[in-house]
Amino acid sequence: MFYREAGDFKTSYEEDSQTFPIKFDRYRYYFVLAFAFAVVPFVINDYWVNAIFMPFLIYSIAAIGLNILVGYCGQVSLGTGGFMAVGAYAVYKLMTAFPEVNIIFHVIAAGGITAIVGVLFGLPSLRIKGFYLAVATLAAQFFLVWLFNRVPWFYNHSASGQINAPERTVFGVEVTGPNTEAWATYLFCLVFTLICAILARNLTRGVQGRKWMAIRDMDIAAEIIGVDPLRAKLSAFAVSSFFVGIAGALFFAVYLGAVEVGEAFGINKSFLVLFMVIIGGLGSIFGSFAGAAFLVLLPVLLKNTLVGGLGWPTDLASHLEFMIVGALIIAFLIAEPHGLAQLWRVAKEKLRLWPFPH
Amino acid sequence: MKMKLIATALAAAVTAAPAMADLVFPSLSYRTGPYAAGGIPFADGYADYFTLLNERDGGIGGEKIQMPECETAYNTEKGVECYESTKGMGSLVYQPLSTGITYQLIPKVTADGIPMLTSGLGRTSAKNGAVFPWVFNFPANYWDGASVAVKHILDQEGGDISGKKIALVYHNSAYGKEPIRTLEELSKKHGYELSLIPVDHPGQEQKSQWLQIRRDRPDYVIMYGWGVMNQVAIQEAVNIRFPMDKFIGIWWSGSENDVKPAGDGANGYKALTFHNLGSDYPLYDDLKAHVFDKGLAAGAGDQHGTAIYNRGLYAAMLVAEAAKTAQEIHGTSQITPAMMRDGMEALEMTEEKMTALGLPKFGPEFTVSCENHGGNGFAAIGQWDASAGEWKLITDYMQSDQDIVQPLIEADSMAYADEAGITPACN
Repeated sequence: MFYREAGDFKTSYEEDSQTFPIKFDRYRYYFVLAFAFAVVPFVINDYWVNAIFMPFLIYSIAAIGLNILVGYCGQVSLGTGGFMAVGAYAVYKLMTAFPEVNIIFHVIAAGGITAIVGVLFGLPSLRIKGFYLAVATLAAQFFLVWLFNRVPWFYNHSASGQINAPERTVFGVEVTGPNTEAWATYLFCLVFTLICAILARNLTRGVQGRKWMAIRDMDIAAEIIGVDPLRAKLSAFAVSSFFVGIAGALFFAVYLGAVEVGEAFGINKSFLVLFMVIIGGLGSIFGSFAGAAFLVLLPVLLKNTLVGGLGWPTDLASHLEFMIVGALIIAFLIAEPHGLAQLWRVAKEKLRLWPFPH
Repeated sequence: MKMKLIATALAAAVTAAPAMADLVFPSLSYRTGPYAAGGIPFADGYADYFTLLNERDGGIGGEKIQMPECETAYNTEKGVECYESTKGMGSLVYQPLSTGITYQLIPKVTADGIPMLTSGLGRTSAKNGAVFPWVFNFPANYWDGASVAVKHILDQEGGDISGKKIALVYHNSAYGKEPIRTLEELSKKHGYELSLIPVDHPGQEQKSQWLQIRRDRPDYVIMYGWGVMNQVAIQEAVNIRFPMDKFIGIWWSGSENDVKPAGDGANGYKALTFHNLGSDYPLYDDLKAHVFDKGLAAGAGDQHGTAIYNRGLYAAMLVAEAAKTAQEIHGTSQITPAMMRDGMEALEMTEEKMTALGLPKFGPEFTVSCENHGGNGFAAIGQWDASAGEWKLITDYMQSDQDIVQPLIEADSMAYADEAGITPACN
């Protein structure tokens, strides 16, 4: 009734090929943006930003990055944790080496450095595919964590091997360090998430994204129609690692403030982000957000209901949390193997016909 | 600017609302995950001591104690969530029992003005209260532990260990890396050869590390392990027939849970401790009467009298005594986190005090001051008796080599002060 393209006339190609061609979708998107920028910063407090919004936004960036590689280009990667570590250590080295440069440039540069590292570890993808590539990227995960633990230069020779984010400001407002305001760190991450999402969305809609998808669907056929697999695969690794690196940099500098590589960027992180992508939906930007929300928010919600609401013992609640999240993952994937994004797509199809289905 | 004002006003309104009337001691515990073997007894001990105070004395100074528990699973992200969710409740002091979470929280508690106590863990250089006004780590720290372990080796070898080989098996994290500098300095002084053998989180797989030990044949092995890593290491040491009396663990590698899986093979394994062991104390009679028999014991209630349960009791006792001190200083029973900090900084633990609490000779005597947030660095060596199934203290409390430890603390805390832009000050 409300949600349909009938009567929504387009008079130019630009209008016809915009991201949200249906009016209702577009307004909903504007509404979410307006809410995120104009309402949330006023009502947010330390708990909401540190426990909910920041992890959600940062994991969304990481999931978008991995989705480009796995979902759009079809190259399975288990190295996300290692690449996030590259972003984190890059931003740390840059922040301490060039304190006068604005942190925004450091975060972007950290993404760039991660992109270079990603391309290096993406080279084997030219020869190996599928599970074998997953194992090769697993090597990246372990090698990078080992490297950051092993070489003291990366953590500025501190006695404990921890890296700590110094205080940095954007337009005079602190965004890293202990004295930050909740709204400042929230907005800082939100801006990065929004730009990354818009970038990723438009990259995947354009020539580059079509090349990636051609490689994903059948690499030999893609090569025959003129897609250069070397450039397509390596560009996917570069773009994906760029986003993952930004996520790692924000994860360390803004969210946690102090990080130890083995604990924060271990293999668990790679799996977590991969699960986000799979549950959210391969090859969908919305799916990246949905997957991140599912795996970040659900445990917090369960914990607060079971311990805070019902007053259960913390260990029982935390064991139950594993079971409930696990069961939900299985249930979701059985009901809809293409993830939350596909559920959303089906819902939209239904809405288009409502209230007069065939 | 206006936005910031509104935001801060709102944040203040939200966080200030649930101010409770009681004394709040949050427990960031971990009863799940690979470190639960150590986390459960500590959390039980911590909770039981506060339950005892509530049941027997009606709290501290007439104020009831609340202990909201939050599960961190030894994970820093969950630790942050727990800290943020409890700090608005008027929390007086944090004891995260995780060096990773401690590093995370040091800047946060300093900004929020809430004290933190990390007994025998955390950032060693927090001993310098001029740089770390909100962080305390009495009565002993990691560097003290390393130094006392070397002292014990010196005693065993008749005072000369030049040319001996000592291997450090450590958890490859901030925690495990802490003693390296101290052991390196000590090796310069005593002339032993140090080899470093890291074990990655969580430490369930240590075959290659112990193969290396079998090949290098070090004279002594010092271990900085935690959780499941300890059990695996002790089992592997038994497998390669490493002499157990030359295998010394830090206090976090010295619980019953660590040695029991290896059975009789673990007999003779040594571990440091900074408090006494066993359950032969008058306090346990009170615990039995007021907590255990009433069915109020925390957790499964099967950890009573174990080494880490005692450490939980000890940790709770220290903050309870600090709270009493704070109430005396400020003349009010309703203390704030800032008053709590004053109480911790003025804390004096004497033998009379501990005897009056029902814990005679339980821990070392020490006095906290602004210059010294870390006590005097006394620790003793316990040895596991597998047939009796208990730890026995085999040495007196020994002080760490202050000539080595103190300059290192000075250097590291000053480096932090530079990095974080702090001007060290004691008033």
